[in-house]
Amino acid sequence: MLIFEHSHTGRAAHAQIPADTDLPSSLPAEALRTSKPVLPEVSEMQVVRHYTRLSQKNFSIDTHFYPLGSCTMKYNPRACNTLASQPEFTGRHPLGPVSHGQGFMSCMYELQNILKDVTGMQAVSLSPAAGAQGEFAGVAMIKAYHDEREDVERDEFLVPDAAHGTNPASAVMCGYKVREIPTDKNGDVDLAALKLAVGPKTAGIMLTNPSTLGVFDRKIAEISQTIHDVGGLLYYDGANLNAILGKVRPGDMGFDVIHMNLHKTFSTPHGGGGPGAGPVGVSERLLPYLPIPIVAKEQDQYVWLDEADCPKTIGRLSAFAGNAGVLLRAYIYARLLGREGMERVAEYATLNANYMLKRLMDKGFEAAYPNRRATHEFIITLKREAKELGVTAMDIAKRLLDYDYHAPTTYFPLLIPECLLIEPTETESKETLDGFIDTMALLLEEAKTDADTLKLAPYSLPVRRLDDVKAARQLDINWSKKA
Amino acid sequence: MPFIPHSEQDIKEMLSTIGVNSIEDLFDEIPESLRCKDLASIPTGLSEMDVTRLMRDRAAQDGLPLCFLGAGAYEHHIPAAVWEITTRGEFYSAYTPYQAEASQGTLQLLYEYQSMMASLTAMDVSNASLYDGASALAEAVLMAVRANRKSKSKKILMPRTVNPVYRKVTEAIVKNQAIELVEVPYDPVTGQTDKVALEKFSGEDFAALVIPQPNFFGVIEDVDALAQWAVDNKMLSIAVVNPMALALLKPPGEWAEDGVDIVCGEGQPLGAPLASGGPYFGFMCCKQKHVRQMPGRIIGRTTDLDGKEGFTLTLQAREQHIRRSKATSNICTNQGLLVTAATIYMSLLGPEGLKKVALNSHQNTQALSQRLQKIKGIEPVFTGASFHESVLKLDTNIEITIEKLAHDHHILGGYDLAKDYPELENTLLVCATETRTTADIEQYATVLESLL
Repeated sequence: MLIFEHSHTGRAAHAQIPADTDLPSSLPAEALRTSKPVLPEVSEMQVVRHYTRLSQKNFSIDTHFYPLGSCTMKYNPRACNTLASQPEFTGRHPLGPVSHGQGFMSCMYELQNILKDVTGMQAVSLSPAAGAQGEFAGVAMIKAYHDEREDVERDEFLVPDAAHGTNPASAVMCGYKVREIPTDKNGDVDLAALKLAVGPKTAGIMLTNPSTLGVFDRKIAEISQTIHDVGGLLYYDGANLNAILGKVRPGDMGFDVIHMNLHKTFSTPHGGGGPGAGPVGVSERLLPYLPIPIVAKEQDQYVWLDEADCPKTIGRLSAFAGNAGVLLRAYIYARLLGREGMERVAEYATLNANYMLKRLMDKGFEAAYPNRRATHEFIITLKREAKELGVTAMDIAKRLLDYDYHAPTTYFPLLIPECLLIEPTETESKETLDGFIDTMALLLEEAKTDADTLKLAPYSLPVRRLDDVKAARQLDINWSKKA
Repeated sequence: MPFIPHSEQDIKEMLSTIGVNSIEDLFDEIPESLRCKDLASIPTGLSEMDVTRLMRDRAAQDGLPLCFLGAGAYEHHIPAAVWEITTRGEFYSAYTPYQAEASQGTLQLLYEYQSMMASLTAMDVSNASLYDGASALAEAVLMAVRANRKSKSKKILMPRTVNPVYRKVTEAIVKNQAIELVEVPYDPVTGQTDKVALEKFSGEDFAALVIPQPNFFGVIEDVDALAQWAVDNKMLSIAVVNPMALALLKPPGEWAEDGVDIVCGEGQPLGAPLASGGPYFGFMCCKQKHVRQMPGRIIGRTTDLDGKEGFTLTLQAREQHIRRSKATSNICTNQGLLVTAATIYMSLLGPEGLKKVALNSHQNTQALSQRLQKIKGIEPVFTGASFHESVLKLDTNIEITIEKLAHDHHILGGYDLAKDYPELENTLLVCATETRTTADIEQYATVLESLL
């Protein structure tokens, strides 16, 4: 039932409505609204009950194992939310003077430094609102760098075929053409193809390392050399930073700019699709172009750096200072972990992934790269099951839901057929992993003995498989239009 | 180990299963020369108790000043139920609803949100959010250039009355695609977009006209005339609006004869706290005919195998994870949790409640403006009617006054308009929402008078 269907004309959550006022004469009549918007007319309890019950129809980290590859669904410590929600923080106006913001700004300043050090970059701007906006900022900085050198022939960005869809989309938003680079049989970037692709038109490359294939690209130093030799720059997609935190730094790998997904590596909540935070870090040569605002320390006071302080900046990407509340949560998480905790993140995320990979292979699943170490995630492919039994990765994913596990990422990266990208994260226990592995083994058995059951899963959720074709063809995306 | 559940025994068994001697062995594919040497500058970890003490101290430094500052972020009362429900783990710690069957809660909520926003703006359809109001305007500009089939122009008419930082953000985001923003001046008497100046662009080829309501000065624009002018000149129209104001003011879908093409804006007034500027959420609505050019996630209602109603992500062929370099935008993660808060907020307030919040905010600002005008040396600047902000000229150095108000009296007195409009020297943009009382207004007036 929709919230609108609980509506009753004249009903309201009275405690939430301010006192009556008469319509003032100071507003011109022709500017006023005459139609009543279709909003719910319900009591406070109805609202609370309706949305509490809706929440119960979700899988979440707090309720389920959620091994969604490339998304780093780890536990979001409660302290981060509680402490970031203190009234002085939630009540602070973004344009308020620095005299009423030293506490908040000190956290942002220290977070900039922590992120700078853990990634090996020279400076960090916290302002991008999510990973994709960080990508945009990074590519825009590379463009600004080439433009300032009047190196304007460079109109191509290289993107490996395993990259997130946001990478090519971000490059296009910055006015670049995208050239795809293939992957070799071991999961690394095809270096020979890369060497053929680079040239005077190369503005740069966008790389994720470890890649979305769940392996660390061992030839990264050579890739970096190849790009830099032709005058291009390297962009690091930080979606998989959880795998290497404190172990190897993008700055040391030769990257010129990186974005971090704090809603992954720094454990801020995903919120059913955001908010995220996508800070960017840069090497020396891109430093002048960082997006603003940035927090600086002058004598004993924290101040904002703006257009006047950063004349070459690519500018502002949001009205204020990005997703400040998300950044606060990430700062609190970083202080809880400390440097030793950061290194442990990579260690136990990697231990969990390799353990799962080994056990799943022992149970008869085929790994995409059986001879490689898993990073914090790995891929199994069901192409054999699809061919021989007609059971797809989608079927396994849907059936897992019946067993109370969120599905891994399916059909990404695109170059591995019938794939499941599995990322357990460091916060899951061995028992949880074992339970999932045993269930996977059960499903493999089911695929052989009772494939039809699998193909129609799930059975135990609020809905069964949904008609996506109907959703797109008979578009129903606004209830009020029908009302 | 904080947040890591492994016992010594677990680790031993897991390593043995994998067939390695130590966790360190698992990193043996990373070239030794690249391995991280030192994180010494990062502090060591703290217990939750110690972090609590630290963060209490930090928060206390910022205090809770009395706020008469708006300029794009507004302090409204947020019912307790909004964030109580929003921070339930099932909403707070879920991912983007890719597995629809396991995400019906978030998906249905987003469908309800889309319906509420479409109705509030009187438009056909809404997406499921963008980052914030400023970046939503940038996306609307990109969308208008794609959607205007009658024009190949990459030029947009952008009034100076549009929030200055929205204009900056739009410029930063669209300039690499060779899109040009052309300024339209404002009428210095009314504070509205200057229609005479606009007329000079008549007959020229532009992709779209941006129409703010209310504008950055809080002034109500002649939106019917502006929207009609856009139609007459074969360009699309983009409304950038305060959603709270739409409970009171004519919605963009009803402007001129046929409404505007695209509506966007900042969703913060609908249940998001000020919180140093974020997270907030951008919203976007449009006419049905433009829906395939709209960026961001869209949720549709459909049926399952048994014919039961359910909700799913739809029109995904617009998006980056499917279309990659040909997508309508690079946006992926949006501001889902803020939309959760906004949906609960709008449900609690309902049509009447929302209208009363808007009205009270309007009237409090009127009261504030009139009270301050009684002080010698303070004059109103514009004659145009305004929503919940007011522009006042002071006969003193406003920068010093704002600083003194904040530092000595813990009052955020307003926004210094000269930062963005050099011609508006010593001019203050003030705001009093429904949260300000008569006593608050009197306190501000008394203190300000003592400073002049």
